[in-house]
Amino acid sequence: MDTAETQFEFVTVSYLTRIGNQSAGTLGELLRGLETCSDASIFHHTYQTLGSHHFLTEGFSNDFAQWVLADTNRNDLAEQLAALDIRDYASIAALRSDLCRVVSDFCTTFPHFAGQSALERFYFCESTEVTVPLGRRARTLDEFRDGIANLSHASFYFHFISSRLRLQLRTNDFSHWLADGLQLRTLADSVNHIDIYTNTLDSSRAKLLRLIDRERRKV
Amino acid sequence: MSETLAVTRIPLEDYADLLGAGEIEELRALAKPLRGRSIQMVNSTAVGGGVAEILMRLVPLAEELDLNIKWEVMSGGEDFFDVTKSFHNALHGAPYRANQRDFEIFLAYNERNRATLPLDAEFVVIHDPQPAALIDARKPGANHWVWRCHIDLSHPHRGVWDFLETFVSRYDGAMFSSPEFARQLPIPQYLFYPAIDPLSEKNCDLDAVFIAQILARYHIDPQRPILTQISRFDRLKDPVGVIRAYRIVKRYFDCQLVLAGGSASDDPEGAMVLKEVLREADNDSDIRVIELPAWAPLEVNALQRASTIVIQKSLREGFGLTVSEALWKKKPVVASAVGGIPIQIIHKHTGLLAHSVEGTAYQIRFLLSHPEIATRLGENGHQHVKESFLITQKLKRYLTLFLTLARASA
Repeated sequence: MDTAETQFEFVTVSYLTRIGNQSAGTLGELLRGLETCSDASIFHHTYQTLGSHHFLTEGFSNDFAQWVLADTNRNDLAEQLAALDIRDYASIAALRSDLCRVVSDFCTTFPHFAGQSALERFYFCESTEVTVPLGRRARTLDEFRDGIANLSHASFYFHFISSRLRLQLRTNDFSHWLADGLQLRTLADSVNHIDIYTNTLDSSRAKLLRLIDRERRKV
Repeated sequence: MSETLAVTRIPLEDYADLLGAGEIEELRALAKPLRGRSIQMVNSTAVGGGVAEILMRLVPLAEELDLNIKWEVMSGGEDFFDVTKSFHNALHGAPYRANQRDFEIFLAYNERNRATLPLDAEFVVIHDPQPAALIDARKPGANHWVWRCHIDLSHPHRGVWDFLETFVSRYDGAMFSSPEFARQLPIPQYLFYPAIDPLSEKNCDLDAVFIAQILARYHIDPQRPILTQISRFDRLKDPVGVIRAYRIVKRYFDCQLVLAGGSASDDPEGAMVLKEVLREADNDSDIRVIELPAWAPLEVNALQRASTIVIQKSLREGFGLTVSEALWKKKPVVASAVGGIPIQIIHKHTGLLAHSVEGTAYQIRFLLSHPEIATRLGENGHQHVKESFLITQKLKRYLTLFLTLARASA
């Protein structure tokens, strides 16, 4: 069994939600909020909400899309916002830019919808992140598998989803270590292709463990 | 006399079967840097009310994590609680005639409690307006004070809020149940949801035989759809609107309606609303209006579990934990989009939201026609509660807050 020089350290994360001072009652106000809110707010309503609503695998992508659908009844705009895939972004700035572009294009095309009042207001919040080590490490694929099998949802989310922003790469902690630490690049790619929008955290983890088991059988 | 409450031990491992061992390990990891550090929870009542119910479970769980946590209850005379009750209603937007004497009584009792309560913990959490002025006891140093507001401050009486704000703005942070309830304050404001305990009598699994006995006791037919709203008899819960929605549904489905809530015998307004409800029910043999004892968790649990659809048609709501209770039991819920309900009901994902009697009736008919969608909403709702509205998640939020405060001052 190969042993990595750099060990994988399992950590967990917890988020405190801070209530911001901005809210939106129309699509026009949503656009202004998107342009001016903090990066922590964009993170909260996209990355973090995907983690806390991971069990919704049909039609839930981010808070902005859900509000547009449920409170302004603009299915077409909601669909475009929901289609933005956080895996395509290595920075919040790039994601914000696309969110603004989509809403701005819609408001320009349908100006009469931009000022219509929503049923309920949208409140911009932001996430404050606290991470702590779990005290578990892995140097081999077996230890890595054991660690992943016992992770909480938050820890799995931290390594598999939010890590993309931290790494500033289009990959996740698990794939990054499999490729760099154990030189298992094909496995790393397969893990990175697990669809986090159509899987729950539990089903993503089950797929990941199956991929690891297949690799272990090769040894 | 103010008092320090002793609580019964609740083993954290009891939650592992429901949540998974990883979640318990995570709580222990988050608590590790806080081990032995002192925390005080301060509120104004040891029994009755949602805050005491939550602290009764939260404090022993925190002790399981080796946190040095104490629960202190402030004391007050009848005059103090009369004043704080009128403040409470005024903060909810009810009419209130400002009276200097009220403010003096409020301050006098807070001062008296400052003299008797040992407010020296590293983290002091003050719950609700009653003890808010205890902040005057804060000594210069590194301890942290936060204010947890459990009530809806979206439309407060200006005079009462202006008075309270002078105290609240001196805390290190304030926590609200919904972003809608937050105020413009010079301190950080955090979102803290109320929580249910999956192991409590109100939410634990029940034997099918017991559920059948409860249905038989109240003459409810288990063979036909049961629509249920569990709420005290209060106009803000709109029980009359629920009956009107039921009547529309009844044209298409042979269903029953259960309206169950705490006894209205010692609440003059509740008794009046109960009369209105009975008048509206008009002796319909498929409407069961049930006056439950003040504390009837097993009956509530059984009625929720026996329901086909749970309704929460409130006109105004704080958070509406009865929604989380129903979702935890995998019930499809139709509820009004008010207060904290939209946080729990993500429309078309974890339940259905409505804005009127007709809308409520339509959503109920839709779910009765599409039981497979009702099942999916109930399953999603259960997961949503598991992720965000359980007592263990609340404990995690507190740990995160304390770590954030400690790191900010390090």
